[in-house]
Amino acid sequence: MANLKELKNRITSVKNTRKITKAMQMVAAAKLRRAQEAAEQSRPYTTRFNAVMGGLAASVGGSGSAPKLLSGTGSDDVQLMVVMTSERGLCGGFNTNIVKKAKLHAAALKAAGKTVKILTVGKKGRDQMKREFGDLFVGHVDMTEVKRVGYTDAQGIAKDVLTRFDAGEFDVATIFYAQFQNVVTQIPTAQQIIPASFEVEEDAAEAALYDYEPSEEAILADLLPRGVATAIFSALLENGASEQGARMSAMDNATRNAGEMIDKLTIQYNRSRQAVITNELIEIISGAEAL
Amino acid sequence: MADTMQFDLVSPEKSLASGPATSVQIPGADGDMTVMANHAPTITTLRPGVLRVEAPDATTEYVVTGGFAEISAAGVSVLAERAVAKGDMTAEDMSEMVAEARAALNNAKEFFENEPGPVDDAAKLLADMVAMGDDMGIGSK
Repeated sequence: MANLKELKNRITSVKNTRKITKAMQMVAAAKLRRAQEAAEQSRPYTTRFNAVMGGLAASVGGSGSAPKLLSGTGSDDVQLMVVMTSERGLCGGFNTNIVKKAKLHAAALKAAGKTVKILTVGKKGRDQMKREFGDLFVGHVDMTEVKRVGYTDAQGIAKDVLTRFDAGEFDVATIFYAQFQNVVTQIPTAQQIIPASFEVEEDAAEAALYDYEPSEEAILADLLPRGVATAIFSALLENGASEQGARMSAMDNATRNAGEMIDKLTIQYNRSRQAVITNELIEIISGAEAL
Repeated sequence: MADTMQFDLVSPEKSLASGPATSVQIPGADGDMTVMANHAPTITTLRPGVLRVEAPDATTEYVVTGGFAEISAAGVSVLAERAVAKGDMTAEDMSEMVAEARAALNNAKEFFENEPGPVDDAAKLLADMVAMGDDMGIGSK
């Protein structure tokens, strides 16, 4: 029979755990709202940016003078993977899902005989990727100090990526992050950022009507690096919202599990207490009978 | 009263302004331009400078760096990487930006030793920044 004292201690400790997970869930919910707001506010910029870029890319892309960021280097032998994950754990399968996707991608590329280079953003992804692909790492961006993701953070990462591209270190860059669907669903996504691909809208023909100042090529050359930063920024924001959403549902589950456990333990505790009382009564009665 | 058009100013982090405007003065890469209603559709890149928006009821000014403006039949959209209301701009912000541009110039000088293109671009960016600061009276040395 389990010791009464032990059971009681167990119940208290699970109750404390439940308090913590509950608090974490509420914090994640508040942060999620903020992250969603941030993602919402960046959307007008991204949509318009991509619309203009789509038009520009469609009209310039055909000609031979397209910048390398758009047309590519002509080969895809060296692939850079930018794996974006969170800095903290306790968020369910969030990091694991992104890393799983990235690992599959890396393995496929390796099997195809390509050279893979990996740049990680966020500590958790680095730790998980290191086991299998530690020798492929070219860098890591630490976001521990970043409280709120700003555009400058994205610019920093973009600059890092672009410098490597200019130095000819890779041909194709792909970012890995989780797209926020809702609190329970986050979709791990791979998006190619270099060479850039823009969804060409059906009104692309209309873009040809614009006057360009300076030339189309010059604008494109100026905007493509910004496009990389914009893509990274929106990925960071999506990731932020996804992380909080994943943490929220993970902590919700944990809270519920703790509740169930407390119920079970309480029943067990009451039972053993009753058993002790019954036992004592039997002893007293049989003692009295013996007299 | 002149015709108005739709004006939007958005930065990656948020949308700063949206509403009707009678004219918008844009610091374009090839020179300032003023846009009024029914302007020909144009796309221009921005240089660091002051964006002046004249609305029917008020005139507002923003400091913008990096990005582009899209002028279409629907109105003017300015997409700036950094946009701050002119009144909120301080000398510290300014010197920070100038320092950033200067660092970029030095980087470019080192990196593209034999190519004048990027170095000139960075130098122009720095010059534009300094000019803008002086213009606003919060220039930095």
